[in-house]
Amino acid sequence: MVNLGVKLKDLSLKNPVMTASGTFGFGEEFEDFIDLSNLGGILVKGTTRHHREGNPYPRMAETPSGMLNAVGLQNKGVENFCKDIYPRIKHYDTNILVNVSGSVIEDYVETAAMINELEHIPAIELNISCPNVKEGGMAFGTSCASAASVVKAVREVYKKHLMVKLSPNVTDITEIAKAVEAEGADSVSLINTLLGMAIDAETRKPLLSTVTGGLSGPAVKPVALRMVWQVFNAVNIPIVGLGGIMNAKDAIEFILAGATAIQIGTANFIDPQVTEKVVVGIEEYMKRHNVQDINDLIGALQIQ
Amino acid sequence: MNYLCLDLFLTDIILLGTMKKLVQDFEVLQRKELNDDHFVLDVKALEPLPEIRPGQFVNVLVKDSNTTFLRRPLSIHFVDYERNTISLYIKKIGDGTKKLGELKEGDSLNIVYPLGNQYSIPNNANTLLVGGGCGVAPLLYLAKHLKEAGNNVTTLLGVRSEKDAVELDAYKEYGNILVTTEDGSFGEKGYPTQHSILEKEKFDYVFTCGPEPMMKAVAAYSAQNNIPCEVSLENTMACGFGACLCCVTETTEGNKCTCTEGPVFNINDLKW
Repeated sequence: MVNLGVKLKDLSLKNPVMTASGTFGFGEEFEDFIDLSNLGGILVKGTTRHHREGNPYPRMAETPSGMLNAVGLQNKGVENFCKDIYPRIKHYDTNILVNVSGSVIEDYVETAAMINELEHIPAIELNISCPNVKEGGMAFGTSCASAASVVKAVREVYKKHLMVKLSPNVTDITEIAKAVEAEGADSVSLINTLLGMAIDAETRKPLLSTVTGGLSGPAVKPVALRMVWQVFNAVNIPIVGLGGIMNAKDAIEFILAGATAIQIGTANFIDPQVTEKVVVGIEEYMKRHNVQDINDLIGALQIQ
Repeated sequence: MNYLCLDLFLTDIILLGTMKKLVQDFEVLQRKELNDDHFVLDVKALEPLPEIRPGQFVNVLVKDSNTTFLRRPLSIHFVDYERNTISLYIKKIGDGTKKLGELKEGDSLNIVYPLGNQYSIPNNANTLLVGGGCGVAPLLYLAKHLKEAGNNVTTLLGVRSEKDAVELDAYKEYGNILVTTEDGSFGEKGYPTQHSILEKEKFDYVFTCGPEPMMKAVAAYSAQNNIPCEVSLENTMACGFGACLCCVTETTEGNKCTCTEGPVFNINDLKW
């Protein structure tokens, strides 16, 4: 038996496979397809202090080897999550993480404080990188000072594992990673979507209602891998890698680049069973390479 | 009539709540070319088909296309439980649907299904089905269910030209079939909402699927005549089962997923 278990500081995962927020609903949407207890963790939808309707349709455009989205954090707010959704999903035998987003620091703080009280939520992922909200969101994650200020404020009220999701839409992602580490982040997840756009030449119109949106899928994987590797060489906290992972081979590449765990996002739309397949595929890879412990692969990239 | 409708609606919700979504490989039995750009694909399930309701859809995986990344959502055109097959009515639009048009007997097709809600099925009513273009896809299976529930069924298809007026015999099995063509080469000339039947006959229910301008015209006709009307929307979607929140439509109760809370909506719930 090989060991697939990893630890993000104090947070133990039975295997490194998690789901990316905004691609996995509340987990319930996938119960027909997979056994959630086979996953290391699930990230539920981006949750904000107040109800958000999200952006107008159209919110999605297919692009070469990927897709653009402009959902805009549609959700019913943290109170609805705590009251209606949490009781439905708290029994899942996996780590349930809530992705927390906001427009102003007070919203992040209040949302995180409420989720801190939920017994079966061992961690939050602080989303300072959503490209699809007008104010806040990505703006927090694109400067060291604002990223540090939101992490510092949330750290004061949130006592469990604090993961911070980083934006790739920056000049140097290692500077942001170091800034959030200094303010007490327990781990970083990267990358969120890359800001992009798509145009219909025939109609001369943008394909998204918001003109620009977030690019995900295999198209972003090389960028994501590069950033995981750069951040791995810059910080001491664990890294959760994501960006275009479609199969176990992709997942292994992120682990070799320095990720302790990985998240699968867009691939869930194409194959709702992909997460379970990646867990099995990682195990097969380890057997094939005679690796007993997944932890031996973290950052094991051989440069020379 | 409204009370009857509500009863049906509640029953449907209970029924849909127990419908498990599946991801399965199907085997292509045959591909029937209908005209230059439309074809019907009959695919056979390897396990017994679950209950599939009219208006539901599938999300199919397209292989070997460089430009197709996501699955393609397609209306369920017909279900044959004896043959254990689903029929898909497909228009070749982009590379994805063109690749589907190259599938041969024996090929494999991966399908996520059954997805979405369903059209309401009244009893013993005079029903009108209006389809345009590729939007005719779900109407054949709907016509079958409506007839089985004792309804009188009139299907009105709006197409460009005579060559697009296909499968008329199939609709005749379940009721009356009428056609409008834009060029007047078959049936009555014009759009479906200009057909003379709308002046002559009084309908109790209207069901429609097709291009949005056509559905809006059908919705306007229904609203003017105080006839309950359900439309099936075709928004671009990534997952098809409520995870991505991309395919939303604006309703009187806010944004709703077309894939899970639709694709069938009562026009009173839409902000049209």
